[in-house]
Amino acid sequence: MQPVAPRLATRTFDVEQVRSEFPVLSRRIHDLPLVYLDNAATTQKPLTVLERIDAYYRSENANVHRGVHTLSQEATEAYESVRPTMQAFLGAGSAQEIVFTKGTTDAINVVAGSMSRGYFRKGDEILLTGMEHHSNIVPWQLAAEATGAVVKVVPVDDRGQLDVEAYQALLGPKTRMVAIVHVSNTLGTINPIRQMIADAHSMGIPVLVDGAQAVAHGPVNVQDLDCDFYCMSAHKVFGPTGTGVLYGKAEWLNQLPPYQGGGDMISAVSFERTTYNEIPHKFEAGTPNIAGVIGMGAAIDYLSEFDIADVQRHEHQLVAHATGELEALGGIRLIGTADQKTAVVSFLLDGLHPYDVASVIDRFGVAVRSGHHCTQPLMDQYRIPGTLRASFALYNTLDEVDRLVDAVRRARKFLS
Amino acid sequence: MAAATSTIEERAAEVVEEFELFDDWMGRYEHLIEQGKGLPALPDDYRTEAYQVRGCQSQVWVAAEPTDSGTIRFLADSDALITRGLAALLVRVLDDQPPEAVASSNLAFLDQIGMNEHLSPTRKNGLDAMVRRMKLYAESLAAV
Repeated sequence: MQPVAPRLATRTFDVEQVRSEFPVLSRRIHDLPLVYLDNAATTQKPLTVLERIDAYYRSENANVHRGVHTLSQEATEAYESVRPTMQAFLGAGSAQEIVFTKGTTDAINVVAGSMSRGYFRKGDEILLTGMEHHSNIVPWQLAAEATGAVVKVVPVDDRGQLDVEAYQALLGPKTRMVAIVHVSNTLGTINPIRQMIADAHSMGIPVLVDGAQAVAHGPVNVQDLDCDFYCMSAHKVFGPTGTGVLYGKAEWLNQLPPYQGGGDMISAVSFERTTYNEIPHKFEAGTPNIAGVIGMGAAIDYLSEFDIADVQRHEHQLVAHATGELEALGGIRLIGTADQKTAVVSFLLDGLHPYDVASVIDRFGVAVRSGHHCTQPLMDQYRIPGTLRASFALYNTLDEVDRLVDAVRRARKFLS
Repeated sequence: MAAATSTIEERAAEVVEEFELFDDWMGRYEHLIEQGKGLPALPDDYRTEAYQVRGCQSQVWVAAEPTDSGTIRFLADSDALITRGLAALLVRVLDDQPPEAVASSNLAFLDQIGMNEHLSPTRKNGLDAMVRRMKLYAESLAAV
């Protein structure tokens, strides 16, 4: 990720202080202190987020954009105030480019679904990469099925890096859309998306970026990247589930047809002709997840208290320590050793199934993910049934990495 | 092939009794993995897509054959040790039983031995789908 002007941090990063602000981290699992290393699946929530959601339901709950009564006005204000928060967080040019969605998957479906209605034509090519999450594959396959477009795939090398030359060669006159993951959930690879976006734009092709795994681990600036769409989930960045953002350039959001119909997305409805609301509301049919959006705002406010460079440094230490200690155990195969990586360490133990290892290390209080991580094409490429994945967040510690490594060592002894 | 010598309930009770001998999870898991090692090898004919239950976490293969005595014979395997151990327990309890008994069986013994978490559909290791498929095989045989 490219550096942008740092946000103004209001506090110094102190991991012990941070940990004390996440209530769930004090839990015990199988009578041992929880070591939560499944942050790529979902992150834990700080007190400020929990309290904000609680306060909304206790004293502000009303439907938004509808009532003239005071409570509805307040709820609308609280809800709409998150739009500029997300605009600043993502570096968008305007708050109307922030569409609230259910999450990353929903955001991708909004774009793929809208593009299925008039944008894609038979024979068009949609370019994806071999390291996409299923949520950035299947919506495009559905769009292709509906329109006669074709999905093409950029290959991934053995270290888990995109073949950028192959990507450039795949961009052609038939390419109508590029959809790429910013940071791989399985490998941790940070893709060179700025260059890839520029390459696509040089041929007039729009680019959607799946930013689900990027936003909690480094600065993102959509104007700087110049992407046409950027998708993220609140729950991967310390916010609630069921909420997220689709950033879209205004010219695109204005041009695309609505994805779902319903209340709030219309301007005027009659049985003869319905006109649609302005962006972003055109894409927000029905009563939204008001508490979720407000909680997302609180999560971004929380993260923004820190200098993200401090968070990056801390997570880099965790990854380096975990990688080194796991390699020192021997008999370990690391999956994903790209030069540019975030807070993910995916690995296998020689001769052992990841499910067995994960089941045993859970008994030692350590939560990691096992399985294919919703990236089956990638598992097929590496010819593996899945991996064990330790994924870190700002509240993890070097001691926790040691607990992980010790649990892996003991699990191997137990299972061999 | 011999008719069932003990009922599903009796065999399940036997398993529960066995696992009660261990007072910690390590002992139970070790015993479970041992059970998997004792599972007869799955013939290659069954190691195909048609008999595979794909889980997110691990894969299971399960096949059923009717016996001359009217019972149902189960064969199974998995790529993970723990899943194979659980598959072995299911085979041990359900193999060579009348199809009607398999179809209506209650598999609460997995809960009693502290392994129910592995049977949860959310675990996505293929085991819950394996149980559904065993019952489906049994139902179709019972209907004949």
